[in-house]
Amino acid sequence: MLNLMINGLATGMLIFLLAAGLTLIFGLMDVLNFAHGGLFAWGAYSGVWVYGMTGSFVMAIVGALLTGIILGYVTERFIIQPVYGNHVQQILITLGLMLVLSEMLKVVFGPNQIVASPPDYLSGSWQLGDVVIIKYRAFIILIGVLVFALVHYVLKNTKIGLTVRAGVMNKEMVQALGINIKKVFMLVFMIGSAMAALGGVLLAPYSGVIYAEMGMDFAILAFIVVVIGGMGNFVGSLFAAMLIGLSGAFMTYYVPDLSLAVNMLLMAVVLVVKPQGLFGAKG
Amino acid sequence: MTTLLEVNDIQTYIGQYHILQGVSFQVKKGEVTVLLGRNGAGKTTSLRSIMGLTPITEGQIMLNGTNISKLGTYQIANKGIGFVPEDQGIFGELTVEENMKIAMQKQDEATLNRLDKMLTLFPDLKTYWKKQGGYLSGGQKQMLSIARAYLNKNELLLIDEPSKGLAPIVVEKVMESIMEMKDETTIVLVEQNFRMAMGVGDTYYIIDDGRSVETGNMQELADNEELKRKYLGIA
Repeated sequence: MLNLMINGLATGMLIFLLAAGLTLIFGLMDVLNFAHGGLFAWGAYSGVWVYGMTGSFVMAIVGALLTGIILGYVTERFIIQPVYGNHVQQILITLGLMLVLSEMLKVVFGPNQIVASPPDYLSGSWQLGDVVIIKYRAFIILIGVLVFALVHYVLKNTKIGLTVRAGVMNKEMVQALGINIKKVFMLVFMIGSAMAALGGVLLAPYSGVIYAEMGMDFAILAFIVVVIGGMGNFVGSLFAAMLIGLSGAFMTYYVPDLSLAVNMLLMAVVLVVKPQGLFGAKG
Repeated sequence: MTTLLEVNDIQTYIGQYHILQGVSFQVKKGEVTVLLGRNGAGKTTSLRSIMGLTPITEGQIMLNGTNISKLGTYQIANKGIGFVPEDQGIFGELTVEENMKIAMQKQDEATLNRLDKMLTLFPDLKTYWKKQGGYLSGGQKQMLSIARAYLNKNELLLIDEPSKGLAPIVVEKVMESIMEMKDETTIVLVEQNFRMAMGVGDTYYIIDDGRSVETGNMQELADNEELKRKYLGIA
């Protein structure tokens, strides 16, 4: 039971890392970024590549974060900026970008799946009585908690966090107060992309293999999380990601036939009962 | 008296509509300049054009002799122009404190003194310091919007219809705040409430159908029944 819970929490944290970036980009900035999963996949590939080159998992994480930041900058500057405020154009152009990012992975890293494993110090498990805690899963949970705490603190307690929240409510007024909102949104986009890339590199040793289309599979989960948690609600995203992670783990064990449908069912129930999401504000 | 702001024959479109078709006025340092006119005449668009929110297509806007027409809104604000929009522009999900904090460009003594002055003038803001802006009354939102614009050392404040929809007692309070601010800064005020405009204004410009048509000092306007009837609809 406890093992299932830890599995569920670790999966939930990975989904949270991907969804957290999307919460910022989709929920706060109102940009429908279907290429978000592509950044996740690029984070995984670049991280695994750096790990292979350096043998350092810390460097792999740094490499993935840098990849996310650079790709986030290029995407926002050249793809997203011209389509702010236009959802249809955003869907079309980011879906196109998603395909380009996936295909580019095949060009750069080859079309086959790549095997990934955790570093030695994160391999293996701890035995506590009857409970086996896999080290790498505990590590993912720890990173997820740290990222959540950091972003939550920044959004609530710093001027940049205030600016992001205010910018979502009234862009004009933020600018009239002397703040360059374009720069702020670019920064948010880069941070969101870096979080997706971090999720990707952490997923790689967890699932054991990475593949070019992995981004699309996880992006759907991330959108479900944002919808269930409430648009732009960071705490909501964490809660929803945990819910999806845990329900997936328990369903796979107890009712395997329903394990694939459970996410969609959860989203459908939330949309019927509380369309603005569990933590979303009315309006 | 030196000219702080010079608006020269500006033209502004919103979508396909040609809203401003030649608005010109000068704002002297230390004065309250009032823009008057009927609903839809172009007063609000004039202020928004100065802020770069509805950019002009022709004409010039000069602040202290520098052309600011082509600058972005945030750059214009950083030149020392504070803006109190018609809808007050309060961030509803942020607290009163956070609304003030986001506007604060410096945390020096002068800024803290100005904050103190505003909290003394509008004690409600102190009472509801931790309350979300969205839950304030219309009058309290207006107070917050004015206090927020006054917080930084702005040379010029653009205030759009601060008395709109407010109870007379709150209007008095807002008037009082404008009189206080007048000692330290220059103000352009858009106002429909003629009594308030008379109470605080020095110079007036009448905007009609997107053009500036008349100007003079407020006292002259008070005595000119024909002008008031023709452009402002008051006898």
